[in-house]
Amino acid sequence: MIPLDQRGRRCPLPVIELARHIGDVGIGEIIAVAADDPAARLDIPAWCRMRGHDYAGETEAPDGTPVYSVRRRT
Amino acid sequence: MSGYLDAAAGLPLHPAAAEALTAALADGWADPARLYGAGRRSRLLLDGAREAVADVLGARPDEVTFCASGTQAAQLAILGGLAGRRRVGTRLVHSAVEHSCVLHAAEQHVAAGGSAQSVPVDRDGRVDAGAFAAALDGAALASLMTANHEVGTRQPVAAVAAACRERGVPLHTDAAQSAGREPIPPGWSLLSASAHKWGGPPGVGVLADRTGTRWRSPLPADEREHGRVPGFENVPSAVAAAAALRAVAAEADAEAARLSALVDRIRATVAATVPDVEVVGHPTDRLPHLLTFSCLYVDGETLLHQLDRHGFAVSSGSSCTSSTLTPSHVLEAMGVLSHGNVRVSLHRDTTADDVDRFLAVLPGIVAELRTGLEGL
Repeated sequence: MIPLDQRGRRCPLPVIELARHIGDVGIGEIIAVAADDPAARLDIPAWCRMRGHDYAGETEAPDGTPVYSVRRRT
Repeated sequence: MSGYLDAAAGLPLHPAAAEALTAALADGWADPARLYGAGRRSRLLLDGAREAVADVLGARPDEVTFCASGTQAAQLAILGGLAGRRRVGTRLVHSAVEHSCVLHAAEQHVAAGGSAQSVPVDRDGRVDAGAFAAALDGAALASLMTANHEVGTRQPVAAVAAACRERGVPLHTDAAQSAGREPIPPGWSLLSASAHKWGGPPGVGVLADRTGTRWRSPLPADEREHGRVPGFENVPSAVAAAAALRAVAAEADAEAARLSALVDRIRATVAATVPDVEVVGHPTDRLPHLLTFSCLYVDGETLLHQLDRHGFAVSSGSSCTSSTLTPSHVLEAMGVLSHGNVRVSLHRDTTADDVDRFLAVLPGIVAELRTGLEGL
């Protein structure tokens, strides 16, 4: 699992950064995007659907920021 | 030629309405509650407008009232419908994709001690009639729009109305996007609509309540409009609204077929010429004039400004275009991509040529906004 800090960045930037960094993890591994933009909750699962990756759910960082996990599939 | 593709937000005044407005400003200025000649002329004009609107909406004239906006009509329908059913219960059932005016009325109801239940929608933005029906037991009021203002998907209003009738729950339907374009599904108890969405003047809403519906005004008492809407009636605007509605209803079938074919063309062309686009809303069971899509990696506000520079007016449900910086609650409820979002809505002045010009510039604008993002 590798973390990707997108705090303070507004959509579509967190999704663009996720696309830039998905190749940093191996297939079957997870990248965890910390993003406080409310649109990320919608757009990260939608990106996974469009790109064929698995959206692996939402958790919370110690500072309360939502963390969206994506499992690379392709 | 018109690059104005935001009919769902509001339309320019229909020529029939402009003519009626001028005449009614001269003839309908007096107080329709007065018994002298000028007052009686105003009353006649207002009653004529009421009859025309009632006829198109499938209501009786005494069931129709004019108010200040579609938003006010929906607020009065919801809060008055709940007040009239207070002895039965306090729970309001509504879909997750209702217009914000309905959701804000629901919030006020909850803040005052009532309760509200939101029924989820599927990926196309539609509620399941069975799931909506299951939420109705013991409900005080239900609210379901005829069709969604952001994605065009029609709701199963007739089926939900039948379920409401079985359980004795009145149904409010927000017909703001379909009134004058499509027949209103049967079975509603309360209806709200907005004149400037059909080519009437701004500042006119329509509230209709079926005879026998329990409704109590949430506002201080006033004798105007059968006690439903307070304040001096805007007779000239009501007359203009009725003239526009009569005119658009007369051409509604032909216009729906024409615009629906243009929407199909936009849907197919956008999907074919813009990479990584998510076209949202139901492909066939939808309003005839409206289409929404989201472009991956594109900022909705920038896209809107670029289209404006090319002479096209559209709207967007992306968070960057909202004052609250949150994505549209409709897109959220559907679980679809929210950034790079564009809503295109057509009207009687939209030509095939306008649509083709839009479709010609869109791929280049999106590609330009994605510069540096190739291969992602």
